[in-house]
Amino acid sequence: MSPILFELLLRSIWETVLMTAASGLISLVFGLPLGLALIATERGGIAESLWVNRVLGAVINGFRSVPFIILLVALIPLTRLIVGTSIGTWAAIVPLSIAATPYYARIAEVSLREVDHGLIEAARAMGGNRWTIIREVLVPEALPGIVAGFTVTLVTLIGASAMAGAIGAGGLGDLAIRYGYQRFETSVMVAVVIVLIILVCGIQWAGDRLVARLDRRG
Amino acid sequence: MNQHFTATAEPADKAGSQDVVRLVDLKRRFGATPAIDGISLTVRKGEILGIIGRSGAGKSTLIRCLNGLERPDSGEVFIEGREISQLGERELQPLRRRIGMIFQHFNLLSAKTVEDNVALPLKIEGRPKAEGLARAAELLDLVGLSEKAKAYPSSLSGGQKQRVGIARALAARPALLLSDEATSALDPETTRSILALLKDINRQLGLTILLITHEMEVIRSIADRVAVIDAGRIVEQGPVWSVFADPQSDITKSLLGAIRPQLPAELAARLLPASGAETILRVDVAGDAASGPLLSDLATSVPGAFRLVHGGIDHIQQQPVGTLFLSVPGSDASHLAEIITFLKARQARVEVLGHVANPV
Repeated sequence: MSPILFELLLRSIWETVLMTAASGLISLVFGLPLGLALIATERGGIAESLWVNRVLGAVINGFRSVPFIILLVALIPLTRLIVGTSIGTWAAIVPLSIAATPYYARIAEVSLREVDHGLIEAARAMGGNRWTIIREVLVPEALPGIVAGFTVTLVTLIGASAMAGAIGAGGLGDLAIRYGYQRFETSVMVAVVIVLIILVCGIQWAGDRLVARLDRRG
Repeated sequence: MNQHFTATAEPADKAGSQDVVRLVDLKRRFGATPAIDGISLTVRKGEILGIIGRSGAGKSTLIRCLNGLERPDSGEVFIEGREISQLGERELQPLRRRIGMIFQHFNLLSAKTVEDNVALPLKIEGRPKAEGLARAAELLDLVGLSEKAKAYPSSLSGGQKQRVGIARALAARPALLLSDEATSALDPETTRSILALLKDINRQLGLTILLITHEMEVIRSIADRVAVIDAGRIVEQGPVWSVFADPQSDITKSLLGAIRPQLPAELAARLLPASGAETILRVDVAGDAASGPLLSDLATSVPGAFRLVHGGIDHIQQQPVGTLFLSVPGSDASHLAEIITFLKARQARVEVLGHVANPV
């Protein structure tokens, strides 16, 4: 591999890491509260409101049913509004975040729903309010699942970021298609695949270790 | 309800202002089925009231009405004189801090250490962390788990978890402790130690306890009074020893079946309704009636034979409660009548169960 290609590879790794980390963080910040809102507003939840629950559910399903490549293009006006341009790594973070947030909200919802209802009842019996239940019971008890779900989301984002190359976002996927596939640079293709495997394994390993440390359920 | 046995140690009726809980005609239905169908009862300060019933009798719904986790359809719930059934969630929150609750499955937070679990009610009240931990240390000492303060609940046994549950329920110095089948998930030995702990806390701190259970053994070991509920209604209530001595309803009798002497099955199978060589009597005695030398007095006063076939005397709340099965030989009706008259004069309840052809 030529030094130029090697430099390209390094830059692509950085772009992929940046896209994944930034959109992952955004999906965590918005997806977790969304997941909490889904759990809280469902029947028998701590802030039951079936109407809100149905609207939230429909919006989340709507975003989740649009294929990412189409979302990428459809969101160009919004991206331009937020970032100022619709091309490049930063521009790709907008559609990536918008796709990952409802995805992560559903994953968080599943973990939160697994929290034993008896624990919520115990907190209510102690005189706790909704905020207490969220802070002392729901989030801490679901934390292993919340972290494991975040790991899955990050891995999915690495895959999705490859498609963002379509709007000139760069990244490893873009490099593999332009050099490895279109210019028959097999060494680039192999290098990209190896880097991706290392990235995915690294994230999964770190996530699993964190979950093991957090899980006190015995 | 029939009149129960009298006892020398009947607790005096206390004034209404001493009632920690007073329920008036409480009703709650789920769909078409009533879970609670008009329950009125009081829990007096410092007593242990046991509510017993089969599963599905409405016990859990009832206990949840006391701290507002469940809202009754109608009726009134007075906690320390204040009506709470119409209060909103926000008004209920400070009130719930006056009521501790322990659960069948302990409901400890797995992500918190034992001491943080115990201190949680104080954290919810907004007290400083140091105060919570000091109180947790004090309570863990009370329940005998000081060395487990930094452990996580998953490393504890069932009995230890319930001890932590009890410590947590006491953290905010409640006026009332609700126990929701607190020993149902525990083995008999652990159950005994948990019940002993609750009785201890009741005596030491004067804490009022309301417990629900489906096990008569629990009622027998620690309750002062018992209310039997079935299909959402109270079918019987009174001091534990008196209900045990003279159960009125079929449901009480069947719940008592496991722990009170019963006619041995092989004898019961041989009973004839009409006549036989021997007559089998069931004699129930309690209180003062059971304290005297009943059988020796009977032998002295009524000439003629009788035999003790089965039975025993138990002590419940320091009151003797006994059931004896006697066999009276012969077909002499006047001898049998004399025995029955003598026993009845001594406040015993006598029932002719039947006859057996051959002596046992």
